[in-house]
Formats: sequence, structure tokens, C-alpha cells
Amino acid sequence: MTVMIDTGNYIAAKAAVMAKPDVVAAYPITPQTTLVEGIANYVASGEYKGEYICVESEHSAMSACIGSSATGVRTFTATSSHGLLLMHEMLHWAALARLPIVMCNINRVIGPGWNIWADENDSISQRDTGWIQFYCSSNQEIFDTIIQSFKIAEHEKISLPIMVNYNAFILSHTSMPADIPRQKEIDDYLKRYRPQWNLDCDNPITFGNIIGTEHYEKIRRAMQDAQENALRIIPEVAKEWKKLFGRFHGDLIEKYHCDDAEYILFSMGAIGAESKVAIDNLRSRGIKIGLARVRTFRPFPAQEIQNLAKNADLVVIDRNISIGYEGALFTEIKAALYGKSDAKVSGFIAGLGGKDVTFTNIENICKRAIDGKTKGSTWYGFEGAN
Amino acid sequence: MPVKDIIEIVFHGRGGQGSVTAANLLVSAALADGNKGVQAFPVFGAERRGAPVRAFARISENEINLRSEIYYPDIVIVQDESIIGLVDITKGLKENGRILINTTKKPSDFDFSDKYGVATVDATGIAIKHDILVGGIPVVNTPILGAVPKILDKVTLKSIQASVKNKWKGELAEKNVRATQDAFGEVEVNF
Repeated sequence: MTVMIDTGNYIAAKAAVMAKPDVVAAYPITPQTTLVEGIANYVASGEYKGEYICVESEHSAMSACIGSSATGVRTFTATSSHGLLLMHEMLHWAALARLPIVMCNINRVIGPGWNIWADENDSISQRDTGWIQFYCSSNQEIFDTIIQSFKIAEHEKISLPIMVNYNAFILSHTSMPADIPRQKEIDDYLKRYRPQWNLDCDNPITFGNIIGTEHYEKIRRAMQDAQENALRIIPEVAKEWKKLFGRFHGDLIEKYHCDDAEYILFSMGAIGAESKVAIDNLRSRGIKIGLARVRTFRPFPAQEIQNLAKNADLVVIDRNISIGYEGALFTEIKAALYGKSDAKVSGFIAGLGGKDVTFTNIENICKRAIDGKTKGSTWYGFEGAN
Repeated sequence: MPVKDIIEIVFHGRGGQGSVTAANLLVSAALADGNKGVQAFPVFGAERRGAPVRAFARISENEINLRSEIYYPDIVIVQDESIIGLVDITKGLKENGRILINTTKKPSDFDFSDKYGVATVDATGIAIKHDILVGGIPVVNTPILGAVPKILDKVTLKSIQASVKNKWKGELAEKNVRATQDAFGEVEVNF
């Protein structure tokens, strides 16, 4: 094992190449650009020996990945913001075709107005495509999650594509150390992908033809079953990773000081890391608060959230908004608790457009929720009042 | 509120002067010196050549969970003296904070030297002396790092020089290493 100190994107490129995908098809977009540039460097140095396809758009990137994955080979791509949105049609296609593509999405604002900073509305708006969604909070977690994602996506009980999300710049362009296993260890962990079906020129068959309602319903049901299987398999994979490599970032949720907590803060992505500092400070002032950092938005960890709400009121921070309602995580958490808990749940929107969210901001959010000064969904700091 | 047990450093420079590279080299050295938690990052966004820019570095013995910008630095490193006056480089600087400036002046020449620890080194002169030029313009980001061990005991000159050799090869690496050695020897401090 060696320690690599680099940006989230270059560490993601390292993970992608070490997973030995047969095909990478990608189109560059800020802030994802340095990730695919990193893979291109590995092509130039000979360290990456797969097929690297430069395409003319993100719709084409995902289409090429679908074609590649359908032939039964390991496939990786990466995008961000508008690139992800341009893929939208093909995201549904990849999931319905049950293709275990792994993709990094670097969470960035959607324009106009043009802005390249962190915001999770891009991936949140792809919630219903059938993709599994991870949200990372450190460069180490990016590396580990990419490797784990191939294992999970290609698992015979899952066979779904996975989106590994992390915040623009805050992680993509920040250098932090990450332990990198030896190639042999990754090879042993990630066996060669064996598809359950694949396109084969020697045995031609047709897919994508018209099917009746009854069969279509079965396809949807099978996808739902696969996501529910992932609820069980993702924690198993996390546990196995800990045993093999000594690192654990949580399973569906990373829990921090939740055992005796009277309040639990929910967040995702980079805010989830900064939140730990806020929790430490609030605890040092005698407030019994814990952190639940949601790692998988799909499948949604409803059961774990119900368990956490047994003895605590909840505070939720969203770096996204479903315009016309409220933050998406806030909505989902309340839905998970309906009829199962009477915990009070307060929602806060913070950090849209890449606005910095400091631990002091997070402490203030928690204090406002604990003091009962908020109702429903609150835009934190919108009038400059922190 | 400042954070405990983490050294927070803000680099002030001009776009193109390699502030981000300097931050990265510094934290690589800090990691080699046994600091398990390190971070280096730019001001997030699109920088313009010649405009005042900032880069950030954090150094700690433990894993760092902070993901926000630095508002209360322990150390400020000024790569371009002409920025002083355009940008309030002491903004948020902790009471016992230290400022390292690329200048031909002495620490006492700066009016904030009675309030903060000030270190000065002629990184531009050192860059010219060692022919560290890009397009005829002296590159000061590596030379100035040689002065950092004099204001921060968590990083050694040896590790900084190893980071330089890791980033560049051959004569380019060697002249950068010599520049850091000169900066280490020539830096003047008021503490």
C-alpha cells in the first residue's frame, strides 16, 4: 500500500484505472475534466490498457458505455452537471438494460446563471433513473467507493449502474492523502466481470423490442428488487472492505456519535465531513447530538433512518432544492418516518451555488433547530444572517 | 471560531505564480514529515493570470474533516509584495500568526510587524539567481517554500526538497532545490 496525495479527480482516475475497465468513454466538462485527463495520462503512460473513447457529447458517452457494457465488459465514465443532464435519456436506458456501468459525477451547479461550483441538484434530479447513487466526503472515500462500486454494480443480485457523486472543487480539486492498495490486491478483490447476458456477434439476438405491459412491469419490479438487494449487499461490501483494507466510511449511512444522541444531523457529501467538526464542538458544549451522513441516496436507507429516529429529533441539511417544495433529503427522510415515528424533523437548504458551508454555519443550523426557532424548510443564511 | 490542532495557511499570489503548486508541495512535505492530515486547495473557481489569487493549505497530526475555506489562518504567505494594500493579507490572521513575504525589505519595514511574526525573503532575487524563469518571469513559488521551516516547525527543509525532486526532474529539480536552500539561509524574521 502506498499513500497518494492528490486531488479527488486524480485519485478517482487512479481508482478507475486500477479497476481495469475494458472501456472508458467520456466527454470533458468542468470540474470533471481533470479526472478524464488523468485517465488519458494513464493511457499515455501505458498504465491503462483498455479502450479509451473520446466522444462528441455526454449523450454519446453514455451511449458508448451502454454499447460497451452490453457486450459484457467492465465500463467506466465520468461527468458533471449539464453533462449528466444531457445523459438523462441514456441513464434510464442503462439502468433498464441492467448494465453495471460505474460513473463518477462531480456535483456542480446547473445553469443559467453559469456557475461551476458545488451543488447536488444535478444528481438529485436523476433520482428516478434507477441508478444507485453514492455521495462521498473525502478523497479516500472516492477511491474506495469507485472500487467497491464495480463489485456492487456487477453483483448478480444487483446488476445496475452506479453513480459515485462528490462535490465540485471541494473534493474534485482539493489535494488530500489516500491509501492506495497494490494492484494485486485490487485484482484479487475485483475479479473479472462475468455478465449474466451479453451481446455476442457469434450468437446474435435482439434486445429493446416492443414488449407488453405485463412484461414491462416485471422489468420495473426486477429493478426495484435489485435496489432492495443493494440495501443488504452494500453494507456487506463495506464490511468486507474494512476487513481487507482496514477502512470503513459507513455502510448506507456513516454514523458519528449517534448512540446516545438526542438530536441527529443528516447531511450528504462534503458537508457531511465538515459536520463532524460541528458535532465535536456542540458535544463539547454538552449538546447530545450525532451525525448521520447519508452515503446512498438510492437505494434510500429508510430502515436505518427509522432506527435513528427512535430516540432523537432530526436536523437535515440539503445542498439541493426541489423547486416548488423543499430539499430532497428532507422530503425523503420525512416520508421514511411517516407512521413510524413522531420525531421532529427540521430542514435547511445551504450551500447552493457552491456557497461555503462552514462548521460554524452547521453549528448555527443545529442550534436553530434545537431551539425550535424553525418550522418546515429554512433557507439558511439567505439574507446574510448566519 | 478557529479550529484546534490544525495549522491553516493562506497563500496570496497572482494568477500564474503557482500558488496552488506551492500549497501542494508544502503539504506533500508535511505528509512526509508525519502529519497524517493534510489538505491543499485553490480558491474554487476560475482564476485569471495576473489577478490576486489565493490558495490554501491545512496541516494536522490527525485526519482533517474541514471542507470549507480558511478564514482564520495561522500563517499567511505572500508571494507578490504588490498585493499588500490591494488585499487585506492580515484579515482573520490569528493573534500569534505569522506572515512570510517575498520582498527585499526587512520585517520591521512592514507596519504590521509589531503585531505579527513577520519573515521576509527575496524569493524573486533567488529565482533570478538560479535561473528559475518561465517566459523570462521569475517563478517564486518553490524558492519561497525554503523559508517555511523557519516559521513552521511541522515541516522540514529536507522534506520540502524531496517534494521538489518528486515533482521535477534533472537540472530543473536541482536548481529549485538550491533555491529553497538559499531561501532557508537568507530569510529574516522579527521573532
